[in-house]
Amino acid sequence: MTFDKKQYALNKELAQMLKGGVIMDVTTPEQAKIAEEAGACAVMALERIPADIRAAGGVSRMSDPAMINGIQEAVSIPVMAKCRIGHFVEAQILEAIEIDYIDESEVLSPADDVYHIDKTRFKVPFVCGAKNLGEALRRINEGAAMIRTKGEPGTGDIIQAVSHMRMTNSAIAKITSMREDELFNEAKELQVPYELVQYVHDNGKLPVVNFAAGGIATPADAALMMQLGADGVFVGSGIFKSKNPAKRAEAIVKAVTNYTDAKMIAELSKNLGEAMVGINKDEITLLMAERGI
Amino acid sequence: MTTIGILAVQGAFIEHEHMLNKLGAETIQLRQKSDLYKNFDRLVLPGGESTVQGKLLKELNMFDILKEKIENGMPVLATCAGLILLAENISNDTRTYFKTLPVTVKRNAYGRQLGSFHYDGIIKGIGKFPMEFIRAPYIEEVRNDVEILAEVNKKITAVKYKNQIGVSFHPELCDNDKLHRMFLNL
Repeated sequence: MTFDKKQYALNKELAQMLKGGVIMDVTTPEQAKIAEEAGACAVMALERIPADIRAAGGVSRMSDPAMINGIQEAVSIPVMAKCRIGHFVEAQILEAIEIDYIDESEVLSPADDVYHIDKTRFKVPFVCGAKNLGEALRRINEGAAMIRTKGEPGTGDIIQAVSHMRMTNSAIAKITSMREDELFNEAKELQVPYELVQYVHDNGKLPVVNFAAGGIATPADAALMMQLGADGVFVGSGIFKSKNPAKRAEAIVKAVTNYTDAKMIAELSKNLGEAMVGINKDEITLLMAERGI
Repeated sequence: MTTIGILAVQGAFIEHEHMLNKLGAETIQLRQKSDLYKNFDRLVLPGGESTVQGKLLKELNMFDILKEKIENGMPVLATCAGLILLAENISNDTRTYFKTLPVTVKRNAYGRQLGSFHYDGIIKGIGKFPMEFIRAPYIEEVRNDVEILAEVNKKITAVKYKNQIGVSFHPELCDNDKLHRMFLNL
């Protein structure tokens, strides 16, 4: 299949529809229903949530298509699923079962340590993680229709999502203020085509939607990422590893809508029960963000 | 001078804002109940996820006030998820919302994202119009004096009824501002 510009536009536009929303990791149809009722704008179907993937170790792969089908049947909102970095056959399978969005994700074990999937060859949209502007634009050049931060999954620690969002946005601000004759060198530094750098220069933003992901555990975390410029948030282990998933999920959804209203977020943060315990990023030995750069 | 309130609880509201600002209209974002007491005389219900928007409208106590404004004749432009919020009936979902537009809508009527498509159609009173359908609904049935503005492959995709314009595609995502102009003249 060759690159279909119209389809790519439609795929970027689906991500635009998700803006201001919360995408939640779910492992069963029951969890998917809880997420939809709590106000998720999409769900990410996966066999184990990142905290458990991290705990279990070993090789982590695409989920069983039957399990994904079960979740597709349970909800009316878009359903996403993860494939391994570079594993284009897992992506083909997800396309065959008509997934709404594929996350080529560092949370799973990478299948290829050099090449990402050529996403221009697919009709379904892809979201990819990015620590900085260079990674974001390289993924977009490969056909990603949506970007997210690569905050350390399964930790409940927000520090890396914050750092990725800040790095990306300050790099965008820098390019915006560059002279046009400096853009050629910037493209070389970032290892991306000139046209993408020129787009960032002219528009002051990425050509696709950018969500926050990794380590978001509280309404305050979600609002922090929104105030830092995220278009929306992914919440992974933060919901179903907490004491009261439905209540926490609802609170995070509302915090994303009214992310500058501290009074409302204070109310939303009351009596949510225990958050996921989490692990400090310095206590972990496996940095998933270093996968696929 | 008209001011347009754009529902901004979730979805693609900024795209409407940019288009309306380009047309010289003032806009405000409606994110919570207190925003509804600000001055605005028109309403946009944008695309996004209708389940999320509908839930937030109710839980943020915005629903009754907005429903009353629509029933009292405030001009509304509703796109995609917004159309679902206005519809009296939804054939494949038990959830309904404002129910001010006497039509039956089918959610995700073209299937999942692989069913999303672009179509160069025609809108009555406007002419040629580029239409982006993204996990879009269509209108299965219209009642009362609902005027059909557009059909695509024999499915109704745009209607007008009194103060309400409802479309199943995304005029805010294209370069053509004529539907927004029609809304401003409503």
